[in-house]
Formats: sequence, structure tokens, C-alpha cells
Amino acid sequence: MDGEAQRATASWGNGTLAPGDHLRSDRAESPTPGLVEGTEPGAGQKSAMFVHAQSFEDLTAEAEEEVRREADINNPGDSEEELNVLVGEKEPHLTSESKSKEEDVSSEAWRSHRKHVFVLSEAGKPIYTRYGTEEALSSTMGVMMALVSVVESEKNTIRSIHADGCKVIFLTKSPLVLVGVSRTSQSDKELLRELQYIYYQIVSLLTLTQLNHIFQHKQNYDLRRLLAGSEYLTDNLLHRLDRDPGLLLSAVTCLPLASSARDTVSSSLQAAKSKNLVFSILLAGDRLVTLLRKKDQFLHHIDLHLVFNLVGSSSSFREGEGWTPICLPKFNTAGFFHAHISYLEPASQLCLILVSTDREDFFNMSECKQRFLERLSRRTAYQALKDALKSPTYSVEHVGIPELRHFLYKSKSSGLYTSPEFPDVYISDSEQERLMGLYQELHSSLHHPTRPLRFFYRCGERENLLAWVTSGFELYLCFSPLGTKALAVAAVTKLLKWIRKEEDRLFILSPLTY
Amino acid sequence: MGEKLPQVQGDPQLRRDTLSRPVRTLRAKMVLLGSSGVGKSSLALRFCKDEFRNTSPTVGCAYLTQVMHLSDVTLRFEIWDTAGEEKYHSVTPLYYRGAHAALLVYDVSKRDTFIRAQVWLRELEKQYVAGSTVLWLVGNKGDLAQHRQVSVQEGQSLANDRGLLFTETSALSGDQVDKLLLAVAHRVYECVGAQQGGLSEWQETPHVDLRRRNHLFASCCKVGP
Repeated sequence: MDGEAQRATASWGNGTLAPGDHLRSDRAESPTPGLVEGTEPGAGQKSAMFVHAQSFEDLTAEAEEEVRREADINNPGDSEEELNVLVGEKEPHLTSESKSKEEDVSSEAWRSHRKHVFVLSEAGKPIYTRYGTEEALSSTMGVMMALVSVVESEKNTIRSIHADGCKVIFLTKSPLVLVGVSRTSQSDKELLRELQYIYYQIVSLLTLTQLNHIFQHKQNYDLRRLLAGSEYLTDNLLHRLDRDPGLLLSAVTCLPLASSARDTVSSSLQAAKSKNLVFSILLAGDRLVTLLRKKDQFLHHIDLHLVFNLVGSSSSFREGEGWTPICLPKFNTAGFFHAHISYLEPASQLCLILVSTDREDFFNMSECKQRFLERLSRRTAYQALKDALKSPTYSVEHVGIPELRHFLYKSKSSGLYTSPEFPDVYISDSEQERLMGLYQELHSSLHHPTRPLRFFYRCGERENLLAWVTSGFELYLCFSPLGTKALAVAAVTKLLKWIRKEEDRLFILSPLTY
Repeated sequence: MGEKLPQVQGDPQLRRDTLSRPVRTLRAKMVLLGSSGVGKSSLALRFCKDEFRNTSPTVGCAYLTQVMHLSDVTLRFEIWDTAGEEKYHSVTPLYYRGAHAALLVYDVSKRDTFIRAQVWLRELEKQYVAGSTVLWLVGNKGDLAQHRQVSVQEGQSLANDRGLLFTETSALSGDQVDKLLLAVAHRVYECVGAQQGGLSEWQETPHVDLRRRNHLFASCCKVGP
């Protein structure tokens, strides 16, 4: 144990794990608009923790490419636009929001939900609906499958239906079909991305291998049998998709913590390694404290969000040590990892997830946790960490820009983002969702498949918004409606300077590996 | 984790005896099996903390420990609270393999869970080595008497036919739960502990000494700013 501690100290000394002084002085320079990837505030020193965390394109690209490829093969002359099947009045008006599984699917209330999600098998059997019960929707889902099949029989693929302020998006991921019905102003691409998340959520429970196997043997299998008891995970993920900027930005946020304390926590976790341990993740609620990975193994942010969702949705890890098979679909859709999930102390927010490749590794993982806890609790960093839990977020007033109400800043190279707490104006759930909706619209414009914008200023009655994407970062700002564009532009530089100043605390600059 | 201070059952004379001389601590593996929603996690929580809480479905498996002090031995139960959902069935053999006690739990207000418990029983019997595992049938949710679908007699006669022990409990009210755990402990010690190499001795490693750690932590707080 002492030997390891010495090694850790030694490597700090020579600057391989923590940034050296020369680096720090380079980074302290004020950021310029031409910032390139890897030097923006919040960029990791050594290497990123995540697989290709740049943007959400890597998430949708795969599906789009597939569709395009199929279309090319089948109908070489078809342009993208013609693939959108346009149908007149299809879905009725949707407005309010309510959540109940029991609700009547023929009621106006059911029809008026903002966003519906349906999952069905290729045989047209219902697997999941966000609202109402699957049984009541078997004929509706039958119609959806019929639409998919009719277009397929023409050697084509249905992608979306736009009708009467409503979008119906189809995602075919054999053996599943996912359908989203939305009244929001999000683009098709954004909606497709949300369906992908739901697909990965299902795969993370079963693996794609098992899914394929089941449907090869029995086409009309009722998958709800296997998903029973896990519907709440999908429900919660959909809720997160509406509310969590991390899912929008394809990034993760960190618990603000002094870098010295974070480094100590990381090195304590690094010391508690084991042969089959691939990832160690320490969470404080929905915020990352630190993440350790095996050398050359990267965790994708989608997989991490699925882990966040699992931990955040379930109280069962509170009562003991959890041990569960979990598929991390962006890592490998074919097999299960085995995760040891437990809270550091009974009433603590700190949850440790140790991901192993061996399903018989429980006691090894349990011992790793004990070793980590033993080591950490001897350090003052543990108290610093506990103190940091009391203020997991910060007020936008710290930035010192009076007109600025809220912002999202994502460092592309590290895949991490930071954002202050919502100010009083956006304290209610509905106002927060409205603001998130506005960010989603900006995000859609910046990531438009054919006409992406780099800079976007928008004046509204209730707030002014500014979005800016460079090769290094993505930035979304919300200003009071009384501000001007010139003020907003000036605020960007000031904000970037502030983030640079605080980056030690807000980001994980020196991620470690085993 | 969650270990209570010595909780000695029986007369005071016996208690003084057990505390005054060193008692062996043996490890006993217990597994809870049954359909989802029958109350396995709630039973486990009663066993370990004597609390009741509405829990979300168990993900995979939860591991808890509880120490039971018998008159001449201490058993450290390592409880594997499995998930009842079908998707986790492929990993369940990991948990019942080598178990010293297997509790087959059903919900007295749901007949299908009783049938499911019998399926688990058949699966266990395939691996069963006589005398190595104590099998116990547990009818939980005894508080739902007005919705009862499985009678006490039915549970008892199944247990008699297949050579199981049987108890009806209520994790909600705590009724019979303590007695069940104590009875399991006695039975495990009688049946398995008596055999050569039946139960292994438990050695406390320095890593898991929570009291010592807290003490160290307290002292480092004092010197901190």
C-alpha cells in the first residue's frame, strides 16, 4: 500500500498525472474566439475519458448512414427529402402534460402529451409505451408496423411523417422498431437521437445478442416479459431527456471540487484496482466526481448516462451492495459487464460503481471498494469531498455578468460540461422545461444536418439567447430580455475567462487510468 | 455494513457465558429466491436492519450481511437478495450455488408466485446435495389475509411433501421475521455446521473494521483546518 502511495506521489512530482506548471501557465491565458479543440477551458490535460465525445453526430450518424446506404442501394436516384413520407392530418393536437400508465388511450388527455414514445417488435407486438398501457395500444402499434412494412415493401425506408405541427419519427433497429411522436420544435435528428437512447437502454438490459436470439427463435415473442420491472428505467430516461442538459450535449457534468481533493480521490481509486476491473466511477447524485478506466479502454458518454440513469432510478443499491449484469452498448452490444454498485456510506450521495468483466468477481470488487474507502478516509480530501457535496452547484452570480441568467458550456475534447443552477426566474419545473426546450432548439440549429449554424443570437419576449459552437466548445447562454446583442457578445469573453479561471474546480483536467 | 451489536437471544446466564469466552464466527451463505414483488428485499431489510421501506425492484442482486449469535457459535449470514425478474434468471445460479440456506419466497395473496416458488424448488433440487442446504418455504405478505390466495395448509403440505421447512411471515409488520431468521440460523448450524468443513470460519480483515476507520477519520478531522 505504501509503495503504491509513493508511486502516486512520484508521478505527481514528474507531472505525468497532474498538469505541470508550464502547462498551467499556458492555459491561464485568456481564451480567444479561435480556440481550437484541446485548448478550450475544461479540456483534459492528457487524454479524454470518453470515446469520441465531440458531439452528438456520432450518435445519429450511424443510423442515418444506414438509412442512406439502404436508400442508395434500393433507389439510387432518390434524394433525402423524398424519403420523408408526407401525410396530411395524422395526429391530433397535443398540449398538456400528465403522467399515468392507467390513462385511457382514446382520451384527449392521452393524445395531448408533448412527446410519445413507442417500442414494438418487428412482428408489431407492443413492447413499451410512455403513456397508457401496451395492451390498449396493440392496434395503434399494428398500424405503425404496417406503415414501416408498406414503405419497406417499396424497397424504401420510412423516416418521418410531418403533419399538423406533429412529427412522427421512425427508427428501425432490427429486431426492434421505435416510434416517437412529438409536438416539440426539435428536429428529426434530435428526436431520432432520443429514440436511440431508448434503444440503447433496452440493449443495456438484455444485450443485442440476446435480443436477436429471442426473435430469431420466436418472432412474436412478448418482450415485455423480459423487460418487466424495468419500465421505470425507460420512463426515467425519457424524463431525463427532457430535463438533463448532459443528454442534450452528449456530455457529463462534474461535482465542483478543488483539483487537489479530486486528484486524491482519483489516486485512491486508482490504487484500489483489480485484474478484471475496467471502469471505476464515483458519482455524487448526477454529477461525476471521478472516473478511472483501464488503459486503452474508453467509456462512451451514452453508456455513462445509462449508468447514471440506472443508479439514479433505483433505491435498491441503498440497502446493501448491488451486483448486476449490465451491457454497455456503445462499448459492446454483445456481452454483459458486471457492476458492483454501492454507496460509500448509508446516507451518503456518493455512489461507487465498479465495472468488472467477470461475473464471479463480486468479492474482489467488494474488497476494492473497502480498500478505496479505507485509503480515502485517511485523507483530508474525504472531508473536502463531503463539504463539496453540500454545494453541488453554483450560482450564475459568481460569474459577475449581471444580464446573464444561465448558461451551458461544453468542452468538446473532454466531453464535460458545466452549468450554474437555475436562477429564480426559472425555478418552477415548467419554466425549467421551457428553458431546456429553448436550448434544444438552439442545439438543433447548431447541429442542423444540412445547414448547421455556428453562431446564433435570438431575442425573445422573456429572454435573449445566444449559442456559439467552435471546434473546441459549445456554449449556450440565456440573458435577460433587456440586454443587447453587443452586451451578450461581450459577456461571452468574460464568461470564458471565468470558466478558464474555475476550470480546475469545474472539470476533471487530469483523468487517471489504472 | 448494517451489522448490529451483539443481539443474544435466550436467558441472561447464557448471554454472559457467550460474551465471556471467545466464540467462533462462521460464514453462512443465504439466498432469497422467488418471483418479483413477493418481498424478498423487504425480508432482507427486516433481517438486517429491522426496517420496512417501499423499495424499487432489485437490480441484479443485492448483498447484505447480518450476524446472528447462537448459544455457542456466531453465524455471519451473507445474504444474496436476488432479483425476481426473468431477465436476471440466467445469473441466479451464481447465487444459489453453494448456499447453506435457500429461502423460497412467495406472496400468499398471489397464487402464481406460489407456483413459481415450486419451479425454483425443482431447479434447486437438481443441484441439491442432501444435508448441504437448508431449504425453507416462506409465505410472505401474511398481512394481506383478506386477499389470501394460498392457504397456510397448502404451504405447509407442500413443505411436508418435499421435505422443506415452512413459515408464513409479514415483512411489512415484521411478524415472524426474527423468528424465521433465528430458526434458519439454528437449522443451518445443526445441519451444515456439524459436518466437517460445512461452514468456513470468518476472519475479519482490517479493511472492514468500520469502528477503527471512523476513529482514524475523527482524528484526522481534528488536525484539519
